[in-house]
Amino acid sequence: MVTKIMNWFDDRLPLTATIERHLTKYPAPINMNIWYLAGVLLVVVLVIQLLSGIWLLMNYEPTAEGAFASIQYIMRDVEYGYIIRYMHTTGASAFFALIYLHMFRGMMYGSYQKPRELLWVVGWITYLLLCMLGFTGYVLPWGQMSFWAAQVIMSLFGSIPYIGEDLLIWIRGDYLISGITLNRLFALHVVLLPLALIAVIFVHILALHEVGSNNPDGVDVKKFKDEDGVPLDTKPFFPYDVMHDLYAIGVFLIFFCTIMFFYPDGGGYVIEYVNYEAADNLKTPEHIVPSWYYTPFYAMLRAITFPIFGLSAKFLGFVVMAAGIAIFVALPWLDRSPVKSIKYKGVYSKFFLSLFVVSFFVLGYLGSVAPSPAKTLLAQIFTVGYFSYFLLMPIYSKYETCKPVPDRVQLS
Amino acid sequence: MQPKSPPNPGRRKFLITATSAVGAVGIAGAAVPFLGSWNPSARAEAAGAPAIADISKLAPGELLIVEWRGVPIYVVKHSAESLNQIDKNLERLADPESSEEQQPEYARNKLRSRREGISVLTAVCTHLACAPKYYPQLGVNDFDNNWQGGFFCPCHGSKFDLAGRVYSGVPAPTNLPVPPHYYKSEDILVIGEDGDVS
Repeated sequence: MVTKIMNWFDDRLPLTATIERHLTKYPAPINMNIWYLAGVLLVVVLVIQLLSGIWLLMNYEPTAEGAFASIQYIMRDVEYGYIIRYMHTTGASAFFALIYLHMFRGMMYGSYQKPRELLWVVGWITYLLLCMLGFTGYVLPWGQMSFWAAQVIMSLFGSIPYIGEDLLIWIRGDYLISGITLNRLFALHVVLLPLALIAVIFVHILALHEVGSNNPDGVDVKKFKDEDGVPLDTKPFFPYDVMHDLYAIGVFLIFFCTIMFFYPDGGGYVIEYVNYEAADNLKTPEHIVPSWYYTPFYAMLRAITFPIFGLSAKFLGFVVMAAGIAIFVALPWLDRSPVKSIKYKGVYSKFFLSLFVVSFFVLGYLGSVAPSPAKTLLAQIFTVGYFSYFLLMPIYSKYETCKPVPDRVQLS
Repeated sequence: MQPKSPPNPGRRKFLITATSAVGAVGIAGAAVPFLGSWNPSARAEAAGAPAIADISKLAPGELLIVEWRGVPIYVVKHSAESLNQIDKNLERLADPESSEEQQPEYARNKLRSRREGISVLTAVCTHLACAPKYYPQLGVNDFDNNWQGGFFCPCHGSKFDLAGRVYSGVPAPTNLPVPPHYYKSEDILVIGEDGDVS
């Protein structure tokens, strides 16, 4: 009976073929470790964000007059409204925490190297979309930090020479950040960007299943196959990986729910306290900070305090900040190493990757505190550290001595 | 199986090019309403009309905040003491001569003002658009050991003097802009229009 139904479908839709290709016969390397969980957890968070977002939408009012009040309405009067909102705010932070881990995994094990360049580029686009979603969503509650974050970020476009001022008015749709700006960010946040994100993640997974997963040893698992043509060092994604992923999802949800139920503000990092005050365009908050997941780039923006070649410090800061986000996409072409995984790369690669991690965290801290001359100098030093990982890579990855890579994956 | 090559390849190529070109023009035309609708609406433009302020009650050393196009405009009446001190930090300013186009032509003078003793400034930090705070007290304070009065941006530490001139070595690149303004009478200040420029 079941076979008959499946046959009926298979004659009209590649159902069995799709299930086999993406689940029951997708070969996952047997040496995947804990770092490989971030990807599946990102899919879980995507689902959480879509669901909680749609439910928030049922009570949110996208106007300058009503937005702030409608959030308070959701928090106080709507049944379970506060849980849905905390789910969405916690989900936003989780999304970024996981995508940073996911990207770092790729950098550690060289998952961007041939033949996974396109996979990496598509992943980078999802990160860009996520940054835009984070920013547009942050403005919607129309609190003080929402308003002033929009002011600061949008004014960056005003620093572009010649066209900046007009571009700024066009982006805002007004001479200031107003309800008009709020409405367009709302449309982008709830329709255009999520549609694009889902489409790009779909392509990301298609590309992954075309080239296959990398692994901590960075060896090609397709080199040695058994008599049926199945790579020796792999296991089917379903049921083997799905089972331990379910366990990981359970553990992740314990952490997620702990924050959502007991620490929804996350000490001011998940929801900033200033945002409990309604937007006021005549009163700048004492201290404007972006959400924690943008602070490294914000520190770079502030680190540039001097003009070069007649270009203003502000514009250069904008360029450096944008470059800090954009430069990830160049990794597949910056890395000249014959070796993928950091396990077998030389001492320089290890040093610069460590420098990158330290710089990222230090900049993240500096971007979240008030500036001072000493901190600005520190931000400048670590901005150089951050970029040196990328820009010196063609040199150090080429001229270092790597360890010999084994033929097959290593199980410790 | 390869499709048969067309009998007249030149004509086919021309038709493909022509159709593609017309299609591209069509897409560009269709983009106009979508891009154009992001411009300020008629209502937004009307809301950007000039602001009027009565400055008869403004005492020396006081600050009046006027809202124009949703941004705060600072109107400062200088005290005699601050006018005396205003050039004390001249060498620390980035653009003391106001050579950057940050003010209308009639305000391109020493104190960047249309009327002597009154500064009209857009209180939007030229770094990232925060509102700099007014610190009229002279002397030592938290952020400067030799303060001659002016504005300090709490966001990223930019400093401006009382005429809105930026200090060097701070993130803000230029002086605070002077909005277009004129005095309709002795006491009435109009912000947003140049009035009679003579």
